Amino acid sequence: MNNQFNSGLKSGLSIAIGYFPIALTFGLLAKTTGLSLIEATAMSIFVYAGASQYIALSLINFGVDPITIVINTFIVNIRHFLMTASLNEKMHRAPKWIKSIYAFGITDESFSVLATRKEEKITTSFAFGVTLIAYGSWVIFTAVGYVIGANLPDFLQIAMSIALYAMFIGLLVPAMKGNRKVVMLAALAAAIHCIIYFGELLSTGWAILVSTLGSAILVEIIYSRREKSKESHYNEKEGN
Amino acid sequence: MGATYWWMLAGMAIVTYLPRMVPLTFLDGKELPPIVSGVLSNIPYAVLGALIFPAIIFVQKGNILFGIIGAATAFLIAFLGGGVMSVVLGTIGILAVYGLFM
Repeated sequence: MNNQFNSGLKSGLSIAIGYFPIALTFGLLAKTTGLSLIEATAMSIFVYAGASQYIALSLINFGVDPITIVINTFIVNIRHFLMTASLNEKMHRAPKWIKSIYAFGITDESFSVLATRKEEKITTSFAFGVTLIAYGSWVIFTAVGYVIGANLPDFLQIAMSIALYAMFIGLLVPAMKGNRKVVMLAALAAAIHCIIYFGELLSTGWAILVSTLGSAILVEIIYSRREKSKESHYNEKEGN
Repeated sequence: MGATYWWMLAGMAIVTYLPRMVPLTFLDGKELPPIVSGVLSNIPYAVLGALIFPAIIFVQKGNILFGIIGAATAFLIAFLGGGVMSVVLGTIGILAVYGLFM
């Protein structure tokens, strides 16, 4: 049990590192937006959603009304419905109240780390390890960013902006090797998202939702048809 | 900002938490039809594709080359068998060097 928690912490370390520059920058931006240290850190403690927090800052800056900001936050986070429904299939069963605790820690990043594990089922302790270290990093470095500001040299701060994407690639590529379905899923979702993005069809929150769901459904249909045609082919041969 | 800020924060917290919590707790132990669970098991890889592209290209506004070098480096290290951590640190390293000389 303890072992699982520790290996969760280890797997979550890459997220914690990836959050470091983003949380730092968020803290700094919150300061320039005019939030107090407590207000800024509280947003990271209670909301804990990178993209929405950044968007909220810029909306506060534009003087947008709070209700619009809340609605915007919801739209950006709708995709998590999909992620947690998918993750649920992979998690060990546990009492509802325990699941509702680590559910708070499910972000794009912790979801990706958990969902791409090779094990058939993931233990609750492992999920707690991954989500806790990531959350800790997010909250602590928000406050640190607010207090010390961006004292890292510019070139390093800029270079670190790639961290989360590099992590996503590091999780995706091993699963792609020798697995055509995974390649198709990622490529198709990326392609749909690019079309939506360059066509300016939807805002980012919806765009990620639509491209993910579109790709997951299309590929599933293609594969289940293939399976069927293989089966009927096999049956015909059997018949002969 | 005062009280309005804290009400907004509460609203943001709720609408962020619900999509994370509802499926995990309410779907627990429910058997889903095979096609639905098939689609759900596809989600992780589809979502990674959608999260990476096109955003990675535009990580630094106005400098597409930065994103392209970053993406290429990360894919290369991952393809050569590097773990997640070496992909992250290696890519940051290459881009730091690129930043120093640009």
